[in-house]
Amino acid sequence: MSVESLKCKECGETYELGANYACERCFGPLEVGYDHSGLDPAEVKRRIQAGSQGIWRYADFLPFTGRPQDPLEPGLTPLVRADRLAERLGLEAEVWIKNDAANPTHSFKDRVVAVAVAKAQELGYKTVACASTGNLANAVAAHAAAAGLDSYVLVPANLEEQKLLATGIYGTNLVGVRGNYDDVNRLCTQLAETRPWAFVNVNLRPYYAEGSKTLAYETAEQLGWEVPDRVVCPIASGSLFTKVARGFQEWTDLGLVAGGQPIFNGAQAQGCSPVATAFAEGWDVCKPQKPETIAKSLAIGDPADGPYAVEQARRSGGAIDSVDDEEIRAGIRLLAETTGIFTETAGGVTVGVLSKLAERGAIGAGERVVVYITGEGLKTLDATRDSFQMHEIDPDLDSFESEFDQQEVVA
Amino acid sequence: MAVTVKIPTQLRAATGGDAEVEVAGATVGEVLDAVFDAHGDLRERITQDGDLRRFVNVYVGGEDIRFQQGLDTAVSESDEVTILPAVAGG
Repeated sequence: MSVESLKCKECGETYELGANYACERCFGPLEVGYDHSGLDPAEVKRRIQAGSQGIWRYADFLPFTGRPQDPLEPGLTPLVRADRLAERLGLEAEVWIKNDAANPTHSFKDRVVAVAVAKAQELGYKTVACASTGNLANAVAAHAAAAGLDSYVLVPANLEEQKLLATGIYGTNLVGVRGNYDDVNRLCTQLAETRPWAFVNVNLRPYYAEGSKTLAYETAEQLGWEVPDRVVCPIASGSLFTKVARGFQEWTDLGLVAGGQPIFNGAQAQGCSPVATAFAEGWDVCKPQKPETIAKSLAIGDPADGPYAVEQARRSGGAIDSVDDEEIRAGIRLLAETTGIFTETAGGVTVGVLSKLAERGAIGAGERVVVYITGEGLKTLDATRDSFQMHEIDPDLDSFESEFDQQEVVA
Repeated sequence: MAVTVKIPTQLRAATGGDAEVEVAGATVGEVLDAVFDAHGDLRERITQDGDLRRFVNVYVGGEDIRFQQGLDTAVSESDEVTILPAVAGG
C-alpha cells in the first residue's frame, strides 16, 4: 500500500486518511502523502499500459488501495500537435494542446471529481457537494448521478446559463448563491462543519486535488514517456497548476521519465488576477480581489493554493501572466481557427497568455510546449457572440453568388 | 460589549469544544486578543509574529477583513466574527 497519510504542506504534521483538509496546528492545507519506495518503475509502466483507458490506469499514484468502481471514468484526452497555432504566433517551438474538454462533462474537473466521489463512497458518504464556478458543478452533478449519490451544488447565481443548465439536468440540488465564488466557498466551508456531506473541494479537497496529477501523467505518457520543456496552464485556485507539477515530479523521482522539470507558465484573467499580481509584486501571499471578468471559471478572488502556484512559477523559472477580456476572446478564436478546438473562456485566457509569451520572445526555438485547455467552448457561448458575421441569403443561386465571388466555381 | 466569535472545527480542541466564544473588543485585533486570553493555545495556531497565518481567513458579518481594515476592522455588538481555514475551494 503506497498511500500513507494526510500531511500538512506548511508544518508537516500528519493525520489519518479521513475527511480532513486543514491542519489543526497551523491551518495549512493537508495533502496526501505516499510511499512509492516499494514501486518498481518497469512494473508500474506495464500496469499503466495494461490499464483502463482513463485516469484509473494511474491508480498507483492515486489515494486508493485498488481501482475504484467508476461508471464515468474521465481521462486519456487528446494531446494534439498545433503547428498552425505555433506558426500564427511566429514560434519555432513544438506546441501541443492537451484538450481536456474531451471529458465526460467537458472539463478537467471530471478528473478531480472522479477521485473525490470514489473517496466519498469509500468513506461511506451518501451525499456529495461542492462550491463551484461552473465546471465543477457539472462534474459533481453528473458523477453523483452516475454513482447514485445525492448532491448539492452551490454556485454564484449569476453563472453562465449553459453551465447552470448542464448542472441541473442531472437532478442535483442546484443552489444559486447571491454572491461571488468566494462567498460561495465561505458558505460551503461553514456548511461542511454541520452537514454530513462530502464537499469535494472542502473536506475532501486533499483527495480531489490529486486527480489533477493525472493531467501530468497523461502528458508524459502521450509524449512517449517524456516531460515537456514548458507548460502553460490556467490558474484559478492554483490547485491544478501545482498538482500538474507534482505529477511530473513524482514520475521523475520514480525514474519513469528522465530529465529536468518543465518551466511553468500560469495564466489568469486580468479581472481576477490575485496570483499573477502576487508573482509580479514578489509577494508570498495573494491579496484577495473582487472578480470582474468574462472568465468566470477562473474567477476565484481568494485562491487557496495561490502561494504555492507563485512558488512553483518562480522555482521552475516560469511566470504568471494575465490577459484582458478582449485578449481572452481573441485567444478562443485563435485556438478554434488554428486547431479546430473550441474552448471556453478559461482556454481563451491560456491561449492569450501563450500569445503574450510568444510576443515577448519567452519561448525558445525547438522547445516542446504543452498548453492545457481545460474546458469546452459551448459552455461560454456569450464570449463568442459578435466575434464573426453570418452571411444571410435567399435560397437561390443568385443570392449566393452575389454574396460570394465565383473563383471556386466548377466549369 | 460582547462580540460572538465562531470557532471552526479544527480549533475547537483549543476552546474545550466550544463552537462560539463571546468576548469584548472594538476591533478584530482586540477581539482576537481577548479570545487568545481565554484560550491561550489559539494564538500560536492562527497567528505568527503578530499577524494572521497565511491560511487563516477572518470575516466580520460575512465580509473578509482583508477587504476592510484587516485586524483594525471595527466590530460592533451585533457583529459575528468568523474564523475559517483558507484552504478550501477551486
